[in-house]
Amino acid sequence: MDLELMINSLPKLLSAALITLKLLSVSLIIGLFIGLLFAILRLNKNIFVNKFAYGYSYVFRGTPLLVQIFIIYFGLGQIEYLRSTFLWVILKEPYWCAIIAFALNTGAYTSEILRSAFQTIKPGIIEAGKSLGISNKIIFYKIQIPIAIRQSLPAYGNEIILMMKGTSLASTVTIMDLTGVAKYIISTTFKPIEVFIVAGSIYLFMTFIIHNVIKFLEKKYSFN
Amino acid sequence: MNILKKTIFSVLASLLIIGNVHASDKIKIGTEGAYPPWNSKDASGKLIGFEVELAYTLCRYIGKQCVIVEQDWDGMIPALIMRKFDAIMAGMSITDERKKAISFSQGYADEVASLAVMKGSDLEGMKTPAGIGLSSPNSDAKKALKTITAALAGKTVCTQSGTIHQNFLESGDVGKVNLRTYKTQDEVNLDLASGRCDVALAAAVAFSDYAEKSGKPVVLVGPTFSGGAFGNGVGVGIRQDDTELLKAFNKAIDKARKNGDISRIATKWFGFDASM
Repeated sequence: MDLELMINSLPKLLSAALITLKLLSVSLIIGLFIGLLFAILRLNKNIFVNKFAYGYSYVFRGTPLLVQIFIIYFGLGQIEYLRSTFLWVILKEPYWCAIIAFALNTGAYTSEILRSAFQTIKPGIIEAGKSLGISNKIIFYKIQIPIAIRQSLPAYGNEIILMMKGTSLASTVTIMDLTGVAKYIISTTFKPIEVFIVAGSIYLFMTFIIHNVIKFLEKKYSFN
Repeated sequence: MNILKKTIFSVLASLLIIGNVHASDKIKIGTEGAYPPWNSKDASGKLIGFEVELAYTLCRYIGKQCVIVEQDWDGMIPALIMRKFDAIMAGMSITDERKKAISFSQGYADEVASLAVMKGSDLEGMKTPAGIGLSSPNSDAKKALKTITAALAGKTVCTQSGTIHQNFLESGDVGKVNLRTYKTQDEVNLDLASGRCDVALAAAVAFSDYAEKSGKPVVLVGPTFSGGAFGNGVGVGIRQDDTELLKAFNKAIDKARKNGDISRIATKWFGFDASM
């Protein structure tokens, strides 16, 4: 064990962890909007809208994240027509390609989490709102959405942790995130065990924080 | 209880099988299989290339059987140290940095590195000598480095990570460049063609091979590089405590060179004699 290397690589890895957190938070925010939108579409009675939303979540949950990143980064980069459009400004950057892949992926899972949360809301609660003369719109925004969000907290907490680990795939498209920098240090020191132990510990620490924040929120917004 | 017994038995049996593989008299050689014409794979996934053919030749001289295994470039040296295989033949240049971790046999081949761009790039027609040596750069070489430094400013420069090419771009010889590193040369080629990379650096043959196979208008620009950060030829990487095997490989390379085997195989794969 090369303790000196572990200590020396810590600052570099910590600053790379900030890139990881940035990737995570941006894609989670975009993914949450996508998820909410598609969860609502899934509850729509129109069969085309419903199937479209189902198809999206089916495709993105049914294929590996690595494949999704590669298709968006290397795949779309091969289409000559695309390179002459304004889309290329975004797709040219590895960072945005990763964000698009992560957001679409977490959006698909989030839509499923929220959909099942909406469906577990007891009809009695909505009926109670109606009998008080509250409009459907307000019932949806002020009653259904808050309950659904609370209901989905534990599952969503898991999704955040999965996504946090998923961001390590950003290193495959040249982004110097935590895993990317760890690999870089290994490429010059040839000591993978030491460096990956430090990088792994940082991931574990981030998981610990996320886990506890979610636990705190669950307690704060508990029904009892 | 029965299941427990079965599990224990199968674990023990598999351990025995694994143990047998290790005890065998074969030399395991690791290669990347993604750096043509040094080493690559054919359509059926079989490892081919200069080093694959040379490895079998060297093993014949050593008098042992060889098994060639595939290993990603970024884990090549760690895998050797962790005894996943006994030798590296993967277009790995002999550098001081790598010598701190592993030993190298004498060099068996050498070839130059070059910058490449897509046709139509403003880097085309850069005025430099045809080739520069960096071991003790003369005034022409220094002038060329200055020209390149100016040309690369503000450009995205791409290369495979953990290579001599990355070392050179980070050495400061061409200033501070906007560097992007990839896991494989294939990915560098893809992004050079897509326009995400303005310019790429690798072995000159890696680009000509790609241009030929893909039909993409990749052109070499600037001088060819050798020496300095680019190391002193390509050799067989061997664990530092494995002096027996190192001696055996050095002897085998001597013999293969004397009999003209290295030249012959190199000419077959590179189109020119890259042996040394």
